[in-house]
Amino acid sequence: MFLVKNGLVIDPANGINGIRDVLVRDGVIIEVSEHIEITPELEVIDAGEKIVTPGLIDMHVHLREPGLEAKETIASGTRAAAMGGFTSVACMPNTKPVIDSLILIEAVNGIARREGLVNVFPIGAITKGSQGGELAEIGDMVQGGAVAISDDGKPVGSAEIMRLALEYSKMFGIPVISHCEDTSLAHEGLMHLGAVATVLGLKGIPAAAEEIMLARDLILAEATGARLHVAHISTRGSVELIRNAKQRGVQVTCEVTPHHLSLTDKAVEGYDTATKVNPPLRPIEHVLALRQALNAGVIDVIATDHAPHAEEEKAVEFAAAPFGLVGLETAVPLVMELVRSGELNLERAVAALTLQPARILGLTGGSLTPGKAADLTIIDPNLELTLEASDLESKGKNSPFLGKKLQGFPVLTMVKGRIVMQDRKLMTE
Amino acid sequence: MWSRKHLLGIKELTVEEIQMILDSAVPMKDIIKRDIKKVPTLRGKSVINLFYEASTRTRTSFELAGKYLSADTVNIAVSTSSVVKGETLIDTGKTLDVMGADVVVIRHQASGAPELLSKHIKASVINAGDGFHEHPTQALLDLFTIREVKGSFAGLTVTILGDILHSRVARSNIWGLTKLGAKVRVAGPSTLLPMGLEEMGVEVYSRVEEALEGADVVNVLRIQLERQQKGLFPTIREYARLFGLNNERAKLAKTDALILHPGPMNRGVEISPELADGVQSRITEQVTNGVAVRMAILYLMTGGVADVPR
Repeated sequence: MFLVKNGLVIDPANGINGIRDVLVRDGVIIEVSEHIEITPELEVIDAGEKIVTPGLIDMHVHLREPGLEAKETIASGTRAAAMGGFTSVACMPNTKPVIDSLILIEAVNGIARREGLVNVFPIGAITKGSQGGELAEIGDMVQGGAVAISDDGKPVGSAEIMRLALEYSKMFGIPVISHCEDTSLAHEGLMHLGAVATVLGLKGIPAAAEEIMLARDLILAEATGARLHVAHISTRGSVELIRNAKQRGVQVTCEVTPHHLSLTDKAVEGYDTATKVNPPLRPIEHVLALRQALNAGVIDVIATDHAPHAEEEKAVEFAAAPFGLVGLETAVPLVMELVRSGELNLERAVAALTLQPARILGLTGGSLTPGKAADLTIIDPNLELTLEASDLESKGKNSPFLGKKLQGFPVLTMVKGRIVMQDRKLMTE
Repeated sequence: MWSRKHLLGIKELTVEEIQMILDSAVPMKDIIKRDIKKVPTLRGKSVINLFYEASTRTRTSFELAGKYLSADTVNIAVSTSSVVKGETLIDTGKTLDVMGADVVVIRHQASGAPELLSKHIKASVINAGDGFHEHPTQALLDLFTIREVKGSFAGLTVTILGDILHSRVARSNIWGLTKLGAKVRVAGPSTLLPMGLEEMGVEVYSRVEEALEGADVVNVLRIQLERQQKGLFPTIREYARLFGLNNERAKLAKTDALILHPGPMNRGVEISPELADGVQSRITEQVTNGVAVRMAILYLMTGGVADVPR
């Protein structure tokens, strides 16, 4: 039994934003109120001057297992999640093999049960092998626990297949998560098409590559009445397209990554391959539009697109390196930095990391409502650390923030009433 | 006093550093003209040419520059090296390091490869061209050639003509020329003019005639024929017609304008043969100057602090 005392509790689902005590018993939230008496059987956790939130949910991570275990495993990825304050992650199906059938969903669930430190929710593929051809057995996968479908990493090239996927997914009440990219425009591109790419001599990816595919998918979502969730939007134009679609009543939600909120394309100067991500880092006008859109609720979710790679894969020429960076262990301090500088609204940011992804994926978490599983995160907004590769629990060390001073780290992660991380140390028993 | 460890690009050089290289190249050019083209300055130093892209001119130029200064020079071409066995650039660099390389001259198709190498080895790295990023020694030899004739850069208008998008020569020239006070114009088909060029301090034209008006120097870039196949312009014929430097267009520049080309040329495409071989052309002189400038760079980067050898 735990009593989390005197924390600034932010629980958007219940409209709480103030100093509260939280009582946890038998893995369940019992009570959240202004004063709960300390009794001898309670283990008291002092959360004074700290922020207490529902357990954070990252609805877009790559755990790489099965098949790509040199990059990450479910064990290492969920350790990284626990360090980053995340109590739940939804993992993308672009593993080897691609998670496109019930038996593979069950395999991920099985490994996660045995080795996962936090809750793992698999996302199934839209098409078999994510090849963009035939629909995968979506109904089967949903029965096995898939919370969404996505061919993340590549777009569904055929508009007809995308239309069918949206139509078919309606039967199961799950969202189709779209990776929006026109591959003819993005072809061989390495970073955002603009002045920085010109100076660095790197082939550019225009903002239009994302926006054109997004426009198509919004039209298809509107036509089918299905639920579309757009992964990692990165441009001002995407924000406008989604704002307009929401105003028209299209059932669309979307996410943004902490790195697209924090970094511009200038971060690529010096050719650090950890800054090579897809979609690419964009100039400041896009970054500002993303921040405003998050505050305004046009963007629903903050998700990391945690994309670990083996060291040797990234220690190569910029053009030869794979896309992606690790995000689980830096998401909270990056968001907290933007809150501190006044760019992001704290309550919005917490909702984007808890309530919103829970709603979109139909998860029970995302709130501190009494009776629910005690998934909870405590953040110390003052804790400052210089990030070193050796600090990262993820197998992937491909972070552009290595060597940088960050502030506002999670100091406790509780999953179903069990503390899995406390004072920056994992509790793995 | 030279203190820079690597030469990765012109962008990060100071005006003083550029001048020091150009000044040091003057006596080097005299050495090339001697009967016995050899001084002992770099005896005991090793220079490795690590070329991941085919190159005759630049590689030979570096090799001779090293040899004229008595360095031991070794050429590694990608097709004959362990790279084809899958060795990474960093591992290759470390191998050369422990063999005692003092300077590694690298040519690579990936922008940023020299910078990556420089972060992992002890030897000095000289960028001999990386992707579309920079080709600093080409720009320095262009600057040297211009200075030889024009004396200085202030007030000069230099027009760079052609495929700017894929040109590391253009980028390095833009940085160098603007630092030294020249006005730079670039011109080419709009599909070969990259975004944000203006932010590099140049004037951008898609009408060649306007860009040539009153120019003191015209630097014509090589058009790679495979760009046409990727749809960046319709035909070689139309390119030559709209953007090729011919007699008529050349008359728009000043009568004493210099014509440069980094080579190898597509005669009759980006430049007409009569101009390439004409009185305004300094194209062959550029090649000689390339050796001199590379001698100066090797000399400075291997610790040449005393007077340039006579």
